[in-house]
Amino acid sequence: MNKVVSGPDEAIRDIADDSVLMLGGFGLCGIPENSIAALIRKGVKGLTCISNNAGVDDFGIGLMLKTRQVKKMISSYVGENAEFERQLLSGELEVDLVPQGTLATRCMAAAYGMPAVWVRAGVGTEIAEGKEVRNFNGIDYLLEYAFDADFSIVKAWKGDTHGNLIFRKTTRNFNMQMAMAGRITIAEVEELVPAGELDPDQIHVPGIYVHRIFQGSTYEKRIEQRTVRKAI
Amino acid sequence: MLDKTGIAKRIAKEVKDGYYVNLGIGIPTLVANYIPSGVNVTLQSENGMLGMGPFPFEGEEDPDLINAGKQTVTEVPGTSYFDSALSFGMIRAGKVDLTILGAMEVSEEGDIANWKIPGKMVKGMGGAMDLVAAAKNIIVAMQHVNKAGESKLLPKCTLPLTGVRCIKKIVTELAVLDVVPGQGFILRERAPGVSVEEIQKATAGRLIVEGDIPEMVID
Repeated sequence: MNKVVSGPDEAIRDIADDSVLMLGGFGLCGIPENSIAALIRKGVKGLTCISNNAGVDDFGIGLMLKTRQVKKMISSYVGENAEFERQLLSGELEVDLVPQGTLATRCMAAAYGMPAVWVRAGVGTEIAEGKEVRNFNGIDYLLEYAFDADFSIVKAWKGDTHGNLIFRKTTRNFNMQMAMAGRITIAEVEELVPAGELDPDQIHVPGIYVHRIFQGSTYEKRIEQRTVRKAI
Repeated sequence: MLDKTGIAKRIAKEVKDGYYVNLGIGIPTLVANYIPSGVNVTLQSENGMLGMGPFPFEGEEDPDLINAGKQTVTEVPGTSYFDSALSFGMIRAGKVDLTILGAMEVSEEGDIANWKIPGKMVKGMGGAMDLVAAAKNIIVAMQHVNKAGESKLLPKCTLPLTGVRCIKKIVTELAVLDVVPGQGFILRERAPGVSVEEIQKATAGRLIVEGDIPEMVID
């Protein structure tokens, strides 16, 4: 078993044009910065990106929008990106808006080997159009299908050579289910250690789900909304 | 008439000791500042945190620790972190006691519209559809009328819906109202100095006024 790759360029080497990708993170929190940079270097085009958000103009997935590599975004909220808005209004970019919990649960369904899930979110709204509805115990639910992504690209705090992952604070967000949902999962970590060094009781994602892992070189970890309180 | 702080203060009185609460962006966020001492609540942030604390002091911001509005926040003693699927799982399973959010329109059936205006750039619903579909207790914090002076409490929503028959209570700058499907907006309290007539004038949906309507008590 050799899951460790030299870096992001090797990790994404076989991602081809028109691939479907899951990209972890919430806003700019816990995004796979190194892999996004490598995707831009590689120049793959026509990507479908399943990601809660679309980054900002000059960071995260926003960088891949600038280089016109994204054909379609599947997201719950895309409000922080002017280039996104421009491409959407001009018809260059498709967007499929999915309620945030449904988005997470469609990743979870893939991770757990389930073809679909029944959810209440969106019942009676335009999101329900064309979807199968079923009543359980007097309440209507929508059938929502598991995502099928060619690659999942996630960022964790620590990982080991077996692909076990540990996340820090609110970076677990979409990273955890996405790590378990892709056909091929690429994990970038801040610290990569030999198998046996992480406490088995503290593992968030077991290595069976992770195919390629590398330690990222630098992390900018940009803050989207820096909010502070005054010192007393 | 209440300002935004007043609306937040009035809603804070609905928060009970031991509640798990999810606060939306805007006025709902302010509610956390006015929860009475002795009432211990745990704030849920749908990006994966229970026990959200105040903003950090300058220099102590942690990019790995944000709320659903992408703002830097802090932990409180007893905080826990989890992933987005589990976060919405606990919301769906009815574990969150109270959700407070903003709205563009609410109908007399309890329908809510707060995510999309036709003809304008659509930014997405985020977690709003999941929250309104699942929460057992939802309070809407909003202005009674929009910027054009039109009522936001309607017989039927005109904007694309976020959820149907889900809103139980509304607090505006003018009033506290309960929403009962099949009946309408039941007026419970008036803001200080506001008459029932003024509330009636600002309410396009069916307003039910029974007996004397007390004035809100806000500390």
